[in-house]
Amino acid sequence: MPALVITVARFGFLILLWIFVFTVVGVIRRDLFAGARSGRLVAAPRAVGASTGQAAKPAKVKRGRAAHQLVVTAGQLAGTRITLGEAQITIGRAEDSTLVITDDYASARHARLVPREGQWFVEDLGSTNGTYLDRAKVTGPTPVPLGVPIRIGRTSLELRP
Amino acid sequence: MTVAATPAPSPATTGGESGVRLARSRRNAELSLLLLAMVLVAAYMATVEANLLDTVTPDFWMPAAALGAVFLGLHLVIRFLAPFADPALLPAVALLNGLGVGFLRRIDLGEAAPVDREDLATFAGIGGRQLAWTLASVILAAGLLAIMRDHRSVSRYAYTLGLAGIVLVMLPAVLPRSISEINGAKLWIRVGGFSLQPGEFAKLALLVFFAYYLVRKREVLSLASRRFLGIDFPRGRDLGPVVVVWLISLLVLVFEKDLGTSLLYFGMFVVTLYIATERVSWLLIGLLLFFGGAYLAYVLGSTVGGPFANFYLRAEIWLDPFADPTDKGYQLVQGLLALGTGGLFGAGPGGGQPDILPEVQNDFIFAGIGEEIGLFGLSALLVVYLLIVERGLRAALAVRDSFGKLLAGGLAFTLGLQVFVIVGGISKLIPLTGQTTPFLSAGGSSLMANWLLIAVLLRVSDGARRPVTGGSGKASRPAGGPPEQLHGAPTEVIKP
Repeated sequence: MPALVITVARFGFLILLWIFVFTVVGVIRRDLFAGARSGRLVAAPRAVGASTGQAAKPAKVKRGRAAHQLVVTAGQLAGTRITLGEAQITIGRAEDSTLVITDDYASARHARLVPREGQWFVEDLGSTNGTYLDRAKVTGPTPVPLGVPIRIGRTSLELRP
Repeated sequence: MTVAATPAPSPATTGGESGVRLARSRRNAELSLLLLAMVLVAAYMATVEANLLDTVTPDFWMPAAALGAVFLGLHLVIRFLAPFADPALLPAVALLNGLGVGFLRRIDLGEAAPVDREDLATFAGIGGRQLAWTLASVILAAGLLAIMRDHRSVSRYAYTLGLAGIVLVMLPAVLPRSISEINGAKLWIRVGGFSLQPGEFAKLALLVFFAYYLVRKREVLSLASRRFLGIDFPRGRDLGPVVVVWLISLLVLVFEKDLGTSLLYFGMFVVTLYIATERVSWLLIGLLLFFGGAYLAYVLGSTVGGPFANFYLRAEIWLDPFADPTDKGYQLVQGLLALGTGGLFGAGPGGGQPDILPEVQNDFIFAGIGEEIGLFGLSALLVVYLLIVERGLRAALAVRDSFGKLLAGGLAFTLGLQVFVIVGGISKLIPLTGQTTPFLSAGGSSLMANWLLIAVLLRVSDGARRPVTGGSGKASRPAGGPPEQLHGAPTEVIKP
């Protein structure tokens, strides 16, 4: 074998090895930066009426920014994300809840999130310590805007686009 | 307000368009990464043959193809049984395993008589045996994925697995030396020509138990504490299990003469404890206990000798390997020289001299590979390990139950710690201990246990990334009844 071929093969292998590494990084990149990106979207002004932009923009925001993820922002499950479908999400200590929270202040069946025509509603299921949307106690089914924390005991949840 | 009365829509998986985007399974990405990994393994084999034989035999691709077929099978199993599992895990592990087989085959080629070199059978030598072990391990991993449809179902066997783990750890220590000792470390069970390292499997069993125990105790462990020097220290009675595990790992150190395994078990427990309670004090206590224990063993080894002598010897070699470079320090010195010879870009696959490195197929495989692919290639391999660990921790972050979090986090950390212990050992960062390099080293037990570990991580990451479908949650939980969780535990009164 000519020395040139061997040299090319030798360095080619090393380069291919790093190409593999970077391809893997590329595949998981979206996962790595997903948190940062949704954080930026949430940080944008939420008050639609307050924006001084064109009239078409708020309408687009309202339709395009449907909630696609439920993110736990505080508590023991912090960092957990649930991809939302069309099914309701039940929250509580009971093992058959969609989101099982082991929080001292949570009830077995604490609250649920129900989708209706693209809008998610939070509803308290008669919990002992109550469910709060931002600061207000949830009494009946209440629409949940994006990025507004739902508080259950020491756990906070948010809808994210 | 009629929402409450409205039944939940039928559990359809088709969300909005971007909902589909978020929930896609990424199996095709996994497939293409897997193919790239196998191309890399084939390229490695071709380069080895070009260097060693001065020609590339027409069937150089056979081992890569055999590996590719097995991994493709596992990919199909994942496609059907864990469709939302992490796409990067399988290809990364497949690459390491493939390069391991390739390097072992390269050792075979180097040792074979020159006339036999060109027609070395695919399943011959240690490379071939490793290939066969890979086949068995991957089938086992696929079986585990098929049996364990939900990682939470494992927690029902937590105490059984914990007991099995302790028995497996202690077994080599009590067995007679003729059965259990290889190279001064009593870690093995040898039956006929067959040797098994039960500690590798004990790792998995113990971790399941740790995760289960800590899910039940985390509240007590993290809330009841005394504040001292600005750090929250746990109460004495909560320290009990930690001290027990510490004693067990010290016993392993003394009777099995293996620092690496004891460091692995203890590190595993301390880190799961830390993940469960988020208390830095546990890490401090753990490090203090371990270093204290290791120093005690060192001092005892130099004065009393006996069971501690082996550890003392290893520490002495670590402190100055060149004091006795031809006898006691020979292995470590040769490893360091191999890494040095490799330099930045290495001698090229097949261009090094792994045959003069003792135990190059096991403990020193990283030095052997390093001689041939250099720092540039080694750091790529380390990054691949890092990515595997990162994916495991990511699965732990994303999964929706505490048991899964602790299990995945602990498993990923254990894998990383094992790589640290052995790579740190051969590069003289810490005293050398006989650990296998995960997925690279020759050895069936290690390969099997690590593939099982990957199967568990795949299962947890599938659970973490799977979009929610069933309203009550029952539909998304096909396997058995739910495991017992915190709400079933009795209330404990916390007295600081």
